[in-house]
Amino acid sequence: MQTNQLFLIFCSVLLLLGLAAFFVGRSKATRVRASGTSMHAQPDQYAWFAVVATAGPAILVSALGAFVMLLIGSEIPTFSLLLASLAVAVVGLALGIKFIRSNFHARRAIETVILWVLAGAATISILTTLGILISIVGEALNFFQMYSFWEFITGTTWAPGNSFLMAAGRGEGASGGAEFGSVPLFAGTFMITAIAMCVAVPVGLLSAIYMAEFAPSRVRSFAKPMLEILAGIPTVVYGFFAAITVAPFIVQVTGAIGLDASFNNALAPGIVMGIMIIPFISSLSDDVINAVPDSMRQGSLALGMTKGETIRDVVVPAALPGIISASLLGMSRALGETMIVVMAAGMRPNLTINPLEEMTTVTVRIVAAMTGDLEFDSAETLSAFALGLVLFVVTLVLNLVSVIMIRRFRDKYRVNNL
Amino acid sequence: MNSQVPEMSEQQSPAVGQPYTRNDQACHDLSIRVRDLNLWYGKAQALNGLNIDLFQKNVTALIGPSGCGKSTFLRCLNRMNDLIPTVRIEGLVEMDGRDVNAPKMDEVALRRRVGMVFQKPNPFPKSIFENVAYAPRMHDIVSRKAEQEELVEKALRDAGLWNEVKDKLHEPGTSLSGGQQQRLCIARAIAVQPDVILMDEPTSALDPISTATIEDLMDKLKEKFTIITVTHNMQQAARVADYTAFFHLGEIIEYNDTKVMFSTPAQKKTEDYISGRYG
Amino acid sequence: MSDSYDQISQQLKGRHRKSTRLKYISMSALALAAAFLLIFFADMLSKGLPAFQQAMINIEINYTEDASTNGRAAVDRDFSTLISRSVVRVIPLQMRNDPSLLGTTQNRWVLADGSVDQYLKGNRVRLDDEEMARIDRLVEEGKVEMQFNSGFFSRGDSKMPELAGILSAVVGTVMTMIVTLAIAFPIGVMTAVYLEEFAPDNRLTQLVEININNLAAIPSILFGLLGLAIFINFFGVPRSSPLVGGMTLALMTLPVIIISTRTALRSVPESIRHAAFGVGCSRWQVVKDHVLPLAMPGIMTGSIIGLAQAMGETAPLIIVGMVAFIPDVTASFTEAATVMPAQVFTWAGEPDRAFVEKTAGGIIVLLAVLISLNAAAVLLRKKFERRW
Repeated sequence: MQTNQLFLIFCSVLLLLGLAAFFVGRSKATRVRASGTSMHAQPDQYAWFAVVATAGPAILVSALGAFVMLLIGSEIPTFSLLLASLAVAVVGLALGIKFIRSNFHARRAIETVILWVLAGAATISILTTLGILISIVGEALNFFQMYSFWEFITGTTWAPGNSFLMAAGRGEGASGGAEFGSVPLFAGTFMITAIAMCVAVPVGLLSAIYMAEFAPSRVRSFAKPMLEILAGIPTVVYGFFAAITVAPFIVQVTGAIGLDASFNNALAPGIVMGIMIIPFISSLSDDVINAVPDSMRQGSLALGMTKGETIRDVVVPAALPGIISASLLGMSRALGETMIVVMAAGMRPNLTINPLEEMTTVTVRIVAAMTGDLEFDSAETLSAFALGLVLFVVTLVLNLVSVIMIRRFRDKYRVNNL
Repeated sequence: MNSQVPEMSEQQSPAVGQPYTRNDQACHDLSIRVRDLNLWYGKAQALNGLNIDLFQKNVTALIGPSGCGKSTFLRCLNRMNDLIPTVRIEGLVEMDGRDVNAPKMDEVALRRRVGMVFQKPNPFPKSIFENVAYAPRMHDIVSRKAEQEELVEKALRDAGLWNEVKDKLHEPGTSLSGGQQQRLCIARAIAVQPDVILMDEPTSALDPISTATIEDLMDKLKEKFTIITVTHNMQQAARVADYTAFFHLGEIIEYNDTKVMFSTPAQKKTEDYISGRYG
Repeated sequence: MSDSYDQISQQLKGRHRKSTRLKYISMSALALAAAFLLIFFADMLSKGLPAFQQAMINIEINYTEDASTNGRAAVDRDFSTLISRSVVRVIPLQMRNDPSLLGTTQNRWVLADGSVDQYLKGNRVRLDDEEMARIDRLVEEGKVEMQFNSGFFSRGDSKMPELAGILSAVVGTVMTMIVTLAIAFPIGVMTAVYLEEFAPDNRLTQLVEININNLAAIPSILFGLLGLAIFINFFGVPRSSPLVGGMTLALMTLPVIIISTRTALRSVPESIRHAAFGVGCSRWQVVKDHVLPLAMPGIMTGSIIGLAQAMGETAPLIIVGMVAFIPDVTASFTEAATVMPAQVFTWAGEPDRAFVEKTAGGIIVLLAVLISLNAAAVLLRKKFERRW
């Protein structure tokens, strides 16, 4: 590949220039020092300064050039861009060497550069959030130009089947046959999430209560890693388990009592998702219950309360903000969980409250839209971004409420490890 | 565990004078009798053969330098030391003729009869009303709403807090100031109608004004309750206590009427401590 | 007064019972979680362990003239349905590479067909009675036996279950993880160092902090949408490649590394920093020479855990197209590849019953890798744990 080779050459030349800068810089600094002048920094620091002066601007120029090229879409020949960068490197080298004087604060200069690099790294996380937002919002807006936002939010029929007609400009609005009413998807999502929470919250919370209040330390040291294993199992594995073991089991059981269950019923992914979330809730609740000050327990016990009453009426209420926070976090995870539902839940949008029926979720439809053989700008593909946007907003709100509640709790009891 | 008690006579008491029985106080009824009480934290012995009689409807102060075992002793009286797994107790603590440490004794029942107020105020994360009403309701002392309200008002009045909180009974207990919180904890304790109230340095986390309020309160409460308080403040002991016990290194050095003890201590160590030579 | 004790004790009986009940209920909750885990592992092992065995048939191969064009001619007609189609397919190629084979006859152990394999493992298969009888006879003669399925580890994906292996997915995982670590580790550590050691405590810093906490909880599939829209559509990174998969996973792993690095940095006591400042170090020198080395075990532990998480992630990779049929081992960061969880997903979607055990087998391999990674992290933490 032409560009790959060019890039390789560029990198090696830059590396050579950097090495040159280091050694030339150091020898010059050493010479100045040997001549008896006292200097502000060590020779190595001058050398590193020279390297930074050589490579920094060059990398910056080439990255900037590449980015501008992508942004305006026009073609700056890679060769000339890299050549320009190398020229900048050479100039940087010369300047860097020139700056090696006794009264130059090389160390301070390097540290300023380092500080900027560190701060730059810190902005990546912000850029990631922005990136998610921009990529989702941008495409979602494209979708809402094709399809009305109101109908998307309130429609009860999700039938993207004919969307290729719309993409081809043959369909006009919803009359093309495709409908994107998201209510059944959200109903399915919330149904499965609700089932998951019904499994995870009681089991998770009670496990945490047992570990924090009753368990001997030996059980505790064994139970904690066990729950961590539960948290470390990949979701695709849970999905397989739900589809191949739990769903047929549910069909059998319900069949035995005379009910008719689909093999893609909502119960199987819901239960398995609940199992997946148990460790999230138990681990955080355990921390929170441990953070409730002992004086609270002693106060209750000293009034002649039993241990159970103390836990139920004093410890758990005190830890409630943290427990709710943990549950919200678990819920946000359940809403956004993809693999379990893709593998075990159905594809057919279905507005029902019977958990034994097949139903589908937001994430399933996102995956379906993304893996089909559709053009990127077809309405169905873009609908995935609209769904993603709603998912983003809902989970964002849940996460923020959860973070704020846990902070309140932390400030109230002055605990640091939460 | 030693449950053969009745034979114990004063001859078996330690050699530090006649510190624990007060013949001249026959007018006071015995509340708690302690004989040969030893306590270990793991291997370290914290209480060493304690003998003491505590009298009803009096304030008894336990004083002594920090680490002398006075708080540990206090927590023996309502078995709060059970919460520490490494603790081992031997000897007799007797209330109303019952061995507190007997295997058949239900520590929860005991704690109902022996209330406790802690060093740092620890109101529950509930409303002021609930803080007081919770325990009596659980103990079936009161059930109907009106009874509860009556009891809460009475307890808060006894704790001298009623006028300050009567308009905000449903605000959280933690919204009160430190001194108010401590009085709320006292109200909480007396609402259960115990016989004895243990106080573990109840004023050490409070400002002087709140401290004075609580000291006045102790004076009033002794009409109804036996109060045993730990303090590291000798002036406080002199102000509020009818009897004072001086602890040192897990032993009771001297136990006497407060006035006697502070004016003419029988033991050299007591004198040294009271006059501030150590501690 | 003595009576009241008994009254109290009487009333307490019911309350003690309730208290004990809470203890047993909460204990059974934990037991339930343990039971889930046990059932899960038992299920996976029972389904997946057979995948490490593979039926082999000893047949006679006649390298005749006909066979050089049509492999089927080399084997007895009775056997041709029992052996893997891949065997007959390569016979002409073998003969072209080695002309001396022509006219010889060899007895060789070859792969049995998937259906034979499944039949021998006791699963229901679509074989007629005659074929089953023939297999039984061959077993008696010792011409069919189960052998360790080394091909599972040395081959890529295939549509034929007896040929499908996990190697290409393993290689894809390694390459993707290289990209992920190369991006997430330096950026994560630098971010944490900046936030913990340099950043002023202002609004912006708090925003970054909340943002990182939020990123850690955003549904992974949204990272996939980001990867598709930004990396593939905007920057033109090749779809399905380890590069784009690794970049996407790097963004997901970033918060994990940042949070654990910050915890590690925070656990280095202030006194170390003060001591270093005291001998005239600049802030950067303090961090570089004193704080970071002390925090390194914690950082490594966090990174390994983050890596394990990324290794098990599938949803975002589906969106960036890494769930592909990859029969050959990928050699380049920019070519289409697959990873272990994606391979599991692909196999789980195959209609052939024989792929169920492949899926479970893949899961066992994946879990073994993840559990060893996590165990390594735990050991690392134990070894270097320091109480200040």
